[in-house]
Amino acid sequence: MMKVERRVISVIVQNEHSVLSRITGLFAARGYNIETLTVAPIPESGMSRLTIETRGNVRVIEQIIKQLHKLIPTYKVIEHEEMIEKEMVMMKFPINESLSNIQALCEAYNGGIANVSSQHIITMIADEPKRVRHFIEAAQRFHPIEIVRGGVVAMERE
Amino acid sequence: MEMTGAQMVIEAMKLEGVDTVFGYPGGAIMNVYDEIYKQKEFRHILTRHEQAAVHAADGYARATGKVGVAFVTSGPGFTNAVTGLATAYMDSVPIVVVSGQVPISLIGTDAFQEIDATGISRSCTKHNFLVRSAKELPRILKEAFYLAASGRPGPVHVDIPKDVTAETAKFDYPARIDIPTYRPTTKGNLRQIKKAAEVICKAKRPVFYLGGGIVHSNSAELVRELVAETKIPAVETLMARGVLEHDNPLLLGMVGMHGSYQANMAMSEADLMIALGPRFDDRVTGKVSEFGKHAKIIHVDIDPSSIGKLVDVDYPIVGDLKEVLEVMIPKVKECVDPDRYQAWRDILKRYNEIHPLAYEDSDKVIKPQWVIERVGQVLGDKAVISTDVGQHQMWTAQFYPFSFPRQFVTSGGLGTMGFGFPAAVGVKRACPDKISVNFTGDGSILMNIQELVTAVESRLPVINIVLNNHYLGMVRQWQTFFYEKRYAETDLSFQPDFVRLAEACGGIGYRVETKEEFDEALNDAIEKGVVAMIDVIVDREENVLPMVPSGGTLYNMLLEYKD
Repeated sequence: MMKVERRVISVIVQNEHSVLSRITGLFAARGYNIETLTVAPIPESGMSRLTIETRGNVRVIEQIIKQLHKLIPTYKVIEHEEMIEKEMVMMKFPINESLSNIQALCEAYNGGIANVSSQHIITMIADEPKRVRHFIEAAQRFHPIEIVRGGVVAMERE
Repeated sequence: MEMTGAQMVIEAMKLEGVDTVFGYPGGAIMNVYDEIYKQKEFRHILTRHEQAAVHAADGYARATGKVGVAFVTSGPGFTNAVTGLATAYMDSVPIVVVSGQVPISLIGTDAFQEIDATGISRSCTKHNFLVRSAKELPRILKEAFYLAASGRPGPVHVDIPKDVTAETAKFDYPARIDIPTYRPTTKGNLRQIKKAAEVICKAKRPVFYLGGGIVHSNSAELVRELVAETKIPAVETLMARGVLEHDNPLLLGMVGMHGSYQANMAMSEADLMIALGPRFDDRVTGKVSEFGKHAKIIHVDIDPSSIGKLVDVDYPIVGDLKEVLEVMIPKVKECVDPDRYQAWRDILKRYNEIHPLAYEDSDKVIKPQWVIERVGQVLGDKAVISTDVGQHQMWTAQFYPFSFPRQFVTSGGLGTMGFGFPAAVGVKRACPDKISVNFTGDGSILMNIQELVTAVESRLPVINIVLNNHYLGMVRQWQTFFYEKRYAETDLSFQPDFVRLAEACGGIGYRVETKEEFDEALNDAIEKGVVAMIDVIVDREENVLPMVPSGGTLYNMLLEYKD
């Protein structure tokens, strides 16, 4: 059996009708995984950038890249074993938890307090996917009410 | 020039050189049909089902290499066409299907005859478009034809809302197009081609694995040259039948589940597989881990995603086969010594002597294989042969003496029963000088039997030869082999009177139970040149052999079946 590995793939596509469903449809039809997916237009280009976090063995990853390429609106598929990756996370805590402890934790993960209301503390952090997992673990002791993960975004090192 | 969207559709057909549109009108596409009524540029052939319209366009495209065109309406018109799109998609056939859609303002409201057509066709087309305004229609139609025919060909679907066909805009048809996100690689990597040529010359037991890409790229002549220069034996996939002439001594026959013994053994024992435009389908490879176990593999294909999809490839070459072969042949010629493979050819010859592709003929009952051989003797290269799907399809692939590419029109990838007859109608329209024969079964023919009316009305004579075993034969065969003869819903003993059915639609019918009757019927049908249905009662229990059981290894063939 070939080893299953995690891979982050960026896809640059023409910004046109139903392009996103072409991509997600491809993953669904061929039985590939999407772990996270982020999409946003690239300013003043008529293109959008998708970042897809996926899993599969070497053959599957190779097929995913080739199949993405094959879609007519696909301009470019960027894929590296090592990309600079960041994921943003927002988390909501009850107001009775320690604001200063929460703030210290968030700062350790490249973030801070985003909002404080009479009921809740809302924080945000942005860090590497592995560290995001650590943050979520560490934050458990403050009894989070809600967690929103933003999905991975990535950029080539060079 | 200003014109309506509907007029643009007609104008685009004219500029693309379309001489035939197969279709069926309906509410959402009426504006286009109104323009068809007024024009004289192309012939519209009214099929009696939208599925048949797309299969006919597909048959037309397979027989000529030109883009086939079908028009259908929205909703059920379109959903009926989906099997046609999927069939063409699996076999990489260039067609353009234009469907009507409800007006833009009604899209998403569950309007009458509304369906999310592009949502459905996305996974069975090369590309599709929902047209948002008449302004963008000329560019989209141009792109549709370009995408269908270029690179790895395939079906393209254009969905046009009714108000877009009524709207007027400037008709600015691009002379050429450039889609920055779509640039298929046609020129093969020179270093890889050189390396492949060296490997071919050094191999001891090489075999050509010829696929449908040769037909699509019109490179059969070059393949014939390469085979002749090297004297390396070759196997053909179902989609490549006719690439080599049937009597070419280097042709080992068809490969795969119902391939010949020598072809499958050649693939299993080769030390080099030269794959020209096949896609390593499971019906060819059998158990993938055992496929070509002793072989290095060269794979030439225009679609990078076909290379290494199922089997690891040692020498991948992405490019148009024609362009690659033009470079490769001189390089191979420089180093090849055809005598080098003599021992290998002798081994394969011996295999063929031990287990030739054959059947046991009978005086008591007509053997289906005999019918196919007989038609081959009578018509040979004068006919273009279509088939439906099942036992008759495999027997045709095994026993018809094909002499040129595009002589064999069959649904390989999707395996669509009901494909043959409408495809043969499209073939006849495309090749009026050829005799269009459809080998079919008593199961398949009923899946598009209404096309009798189309063929008769349109004066497109097709000779349907029903190899009638009163079974859904291929499924019955599997039940015999693998399900202890539990014939679940495969006994088709109750069936229509095919002779009267043909006659009811204005055709001519024959029922045949002896060889003499068959000869008479065939000759009469050829002579009369009308739509014919020859109902041939054949041996009920005949099996397609050899057979590699699904998921089995290629060298483990069932060569005979004993009760």
